Amino acid sequence: MSDFLNPAFWYSVIRVSTPILFGVLAALLSSITGTINIGIEGMMLMSAFWGTIVASFAQNPWIGLLAGVASSIILAVILAYFHLKLKTDLVIGGVALNLLSSGLTVFLLYAITGDKGSSASLRSFTIPRVDIPLVKEIPFVGKILSGHNALTYIAILSVFVVNYLVKKTPLGIRMRSVGENPDAAVSVGISVNRMKFLSLILSGILAGFGGAFLSMGYVSWFARDMTAGRGFISIAAQALGGNSALFGAFGALLFGIAEAAGITLQSLRIPSEITNMLPFVLTIVVLVIYARSKIRSHSRIQEQ
Amino acid sequence: MKAIEAVNITKVYPNGVVANRGVNLSIEQGEVHAIVGENGAGKTTLMKIFFGIERPTSGELRVFEKPVHISSPKEAISLGIGMVHQHFMLVPSFTVAENIMLGIEPKKGFFSVDFKKMENVITEYAKRLNFEVPIWEKVLDLPVGVKQRIEILKALVRGARILILDEPSSVLTPQEVNDLFDVLRRLVQDGLTVIFITHKLNEVKQIANRITIMRNAQVVGTYENREVTETDIVELMIGRKFEYDIKRERREPGEVLLTVKDVNYFREDGAHIIKNLSFSLRAGEILAIAGLEGNGQKEFVEILTGLREKAEGKILLNGTNILGAHPKKIRQMGISHIPEDRIEVGCALDLPISENLISDRFHTKPFSGRLIYRKRQVLEFGKKMMKEFDVRAKSPTTIVRMLSGGNMQKVVVAREMTNSARIVIANQPTHGIDVASSEFIRKKLIQMRDDGKAVLLISTDLQEILQIADRILVLYKGEIVAHLKNENITETDLGYYMLGAKRQSDEQIKESMKV
Amino acid sequence: MKKTLLVLEFTRFVITVGIALLIGYIFLLFSTDKPYEAFKLFLTGPLTTQRRFFEFLNNSVPLMMTGLALSLVFQAKVFNIGAEGQLFFGAFGAMLFALNFPQVSWLHLIMTLIGSALFGSIWAFVPAFLRTKWKASELVSSLMMNYISYFLVLFLVNNYFRDKSAGALVSYRFPQTAWLSVITKYRLNSGLFIAVLLSILMGLLIYRTKWGYQIRVIGVNKKFGLYSGMRTMSIMFWVQILSGAVAGLAGGIELTAMYRRFVWQSLPGYGFDGIIVAILARNNPFLVIPSALFIAYLRIGANIMGRTTGVAPEIVIVLQSLMILLITAEALLEKFKQKAIAKEAMKGE
Repeated sequence: MSDFLNPAFWYSVIRVSTPILFGVLAALLSSITGTINIGIEGMMLMSAFWGTIVASFAQNPWIGLLAGVASSIILAVILAYFHLKLKTDLVIGGVALNLLSSGLTVFLLYAITGDKGSSASLRSFTIPRVDIPLVKEIPFVGKILSGHNALTYIAILSVFVVNYLVKKTPLGIRMRSVGENPDAAVSVGISVNRMKFLSLILSGILAGFGGAFLSMGYVSWFARDMTAGRGFISIAAQALGGNSALFGAFGALLFGIAEAAGITLQSLRIPSEITNMLPFVLTIVVLVIYARSKIRSHSRIQEQ
Repeated sequence: MKAIEAVNITKVYPNGVVANRGVNLSIEQGEVHAIVGENGAGKTTLMKIFFGIERPTSGELRVFEKPVHISSPKEAISLGIGMVHQHFMLVPSFTVAENIMLGIEPKKGFFSVDFKKMENVITEYAKRLNFEVPIWEKVLDLPVGVKQRIEILKALVRGARILILDEPSSVLTPQEVNDLFDVLRRLVQDGLTVIFITHKLNEVKQIANRITIMRNAQVVGTYENREVTETDIVELMIGRKFEYDIKRERREPGEVLLTVKDVNYFREDGAHIIKNLSFSLRAGEILAIAGLEGNGQKEFVEILTGLREKAEGKILLNGTNILGAHPKKIRQMGISHIPEDRIEVGCALDLPISENLISDRFHTKPFSGRLIYRKRQVLEFGKKMMKEFDVRAKSPTTIVRMLSGGNMQKVVVAREMTNSARIVIANQPTHGIDVASSEFIRKKLIQMRDDGKAVLLISTDLQEILQIADRILVLYKGEIVAHLKNENITETDLGYYMLGAKRQSDEQIKESMKV
Repeated sequence: MKKTLLVLEFTRFVITVGIALLIGYIFLLFSTDKPYEAFKLFLTGPLTTQRRFFEFLNNSVPLMMTGLALSLVFQAKVFNIGAEGQLFFGAFGAMLFALNFPQVSWLHLIMTLIGSALFGSIWAFVPAFLRTKWKASELVSSLMMNYISYFLVLFLVNNYFRDKSAGALVSYRFPQTAWLSVITKYRLNSGLFIAVLLSILMGLLIYRTKWGYQIRVIGVNKKFGLYSGMRTMSIMFWVQILSGAVAGLAGGIELTAMYRRFVWQSLPGYGFDGIIVAILARNNPFLVIPSALFIAYLRIGANIMGRTTGVAPEIVIVLQSLMILLITAEALLEKFKQKAIAKEAMKGE
């Protein structure tokens, strides 16, 4: 139990929450226009891959980050094009995108490194950690909050930026109007497709950050299918937070705790297979709680 | 100066329905121009083309005498066209201000919305029109009249010079209609052009300068208001002498089939939607429930047919309480249902006509054995039904999506009238379909009554009710406010009850139901 | 009219495959010196030797089964895409029965296969139950169940059923009475006959039984189904259970015929390949047969190419996902379709 009172535990909670936090924001930005992005998983994976590869060739993690986010945006463009222009089903399109990332990253990884499992043979570059001057000095809290990867702070900042964007800017208002009543948006000349396109792109950018963190912060290499469901978990966590970035962040933190607890429990000789299951079981639990908390319509027709 | 002109406009929808065929129309600046025609005549499509929601398949548009291509509402707005839609285009969770300024939000700095400026702009416009709107309230629960004002403000704030109103009075009380007309007159004085779509002819006569009549996707003609009488307009709309060829002989109703007893219903949000509803339905009669939209009819029909749960009270059918039962059981016990929404509820659009016709009896002979589903029998049946109910389509394998509204409704009606049910619930059975089809359906309903079945007709169309009902219940805010025999009553009489301006006493209602 | 639409549908398929292959070729251009050779192997590989041909047929078995499982849920527009986890758990179920059931010939095998189906449906039960009881998205929960299945089965197999005498992390070997036979010297998986038979049965179920009629109605419009008096929730539930059984059986067949022990340390991926098989077949169980053969052909072609040229065969996953996108692109060729319809409409007046 003492493990959980250790600042190191809470530090790791924040660390492991980071990719999910990005994922939650990605899910939020896509779902406010009513286009839930199932492809977050694949976008994260793609970004994780290109992040390390480009960083390794450019010998600069920031260029890697840029490349990772760019690759994620490209996937978002593909999904948006297929869904909005060619009318591919959004869910199926997202699933296809995830498959695409999974296959393409392994294919390219092998072509580049000759290894199908991980990029360990490449020299790795990671985004640096940042100590926060004053905060660092505070006992206990300082150890939790300071010394994280720069991307973690970007994630935390993004929560507020996204919150502001959604609630207080013309773009946010327009995007929400598209999600809630597309006809109303059209009637005042807002292009529904454009808003949906934008929201998928924004979603792609945040997913890209999340993926880049995985391979250049969380660990320092790319491994096959390393996102391991975090994209899907993010979608569930966002559902929990509804349209609020702040609540979504709490959702992400909850999953962070589960994951960090899993890691801690492993040191207590609980098999890793069991502890690895925790976040996924938690996702299902959260999903059920969320579904039950919604007011049920009396209309059987609407419940279909 | 001509405000807007349509030259030889043709529109074919993706499902093959021709909505406009070579339409020519010209509207003068500063006039109130009414466009009338029955449902499905192509009025709304034409307006959607003006507003850039639909694109014409061929033809030309001119706005203020310049040829234009309007490919989106945005372009329409920038050309000075505004539209108030029949179904309001508002975002429920947004405030009035956010709704009005959606898409043209004033900015503060680079990113933020300037809410203060928003308020100023709206207040200014509202003052000019003498409107009162609660700027910072959510639109969600505002009354319809206010919502309509918000829609008009929306158009004006965007600089509309031409205002299109699609059936603006259908949701309003007479008082509100008068207010609306005052507003429109003021706008015209300011130099605006108003295009007004409706099928209420008294209103047309009241406000329009000129009238264009559409029929069957084409323009029949444009007339000065004083040139034509209401009867003329109707005849031009229908294309023949206006006379529904419907005869209803008096009949003595038989035994009671269905008893509704003290039904109350509270919606999810706690609103009391249905209040102490009691009545009974007899074999061989058509009982109509009249009322303006949104007075609880929709919910009541759903409760009655098992599509809505959590109501209180009793609905007795052969002595069994069916309140809250699954639709399957209710159908088995002999209630069939023509739903209000044929597209969402009444059909499977992507299945063939034949398979749509048997969805309530697929498990019975001859369509199924113990396990096997007999495709050929289904097709045979489909062919037969198409003939009997005059469904116009190539073959029973045509998917329902390809059909026009009237034919789609005939598929629904064919299914619901040919099962073994003794009770038919017909919710707006002729809403939004052409006259020939509605006449056909009304006749069928009378025929069912004559065969000893019981029909519960829910309608907002008073003409329909007076044509075919034997008894009429008027529903106002979830309550029965009147029970009338369909003898020597007029639309106006019913109107008073429907608007809540008049009501019978509870004793009176109870007494009249006993007889 | 109908003919025009069929032609369009076929054209769409050809275009899709064409584009996918073209992109595949472009990838090869960048990853090997001999792209033409590699591409040729990819396209013709499965036909070059008998062994390869049988490898291709064997590969189609699990694809057919998972494709079937998914076409079933897709028919009802239910997005339970947990076939992967169901297959994995089904395989685990098969192992349990194979290792524990008395070794009576035939009965042992039958019980083992039934066991796999049972375990597959147990796994499908969770998302199905959560969906029908509480409206929790079956898409997310079934995906989570895939991961849980993976970790849980690995934990159980590696800790309780591991054959320590074997060199790798595998379970004990199944007794011979639980083997599904393989025929010819190239070990053709006789499960192929089960899969084909099952496809036909499932096709009959969908198009020729009253149960199938309800599934199709619900798939098109659930509200209409309920309004017509169907028990929509119960049908959606049972469709998922049945789908889980088929996916589980896929795992059982694979183990009893091909490996004869539990051998997987990672998810085999058949459940995800099943998505493309189902989509390619337009969720028609009869068409699942050619569709699975087609995908297996590409798969094995890619493997052969990978073995001989050193290009990672995962390229085929990329092609598959592109095909999913293109096949489900409703608006592709829509213009031509619209023209045909418009022409028809004006003619009919």
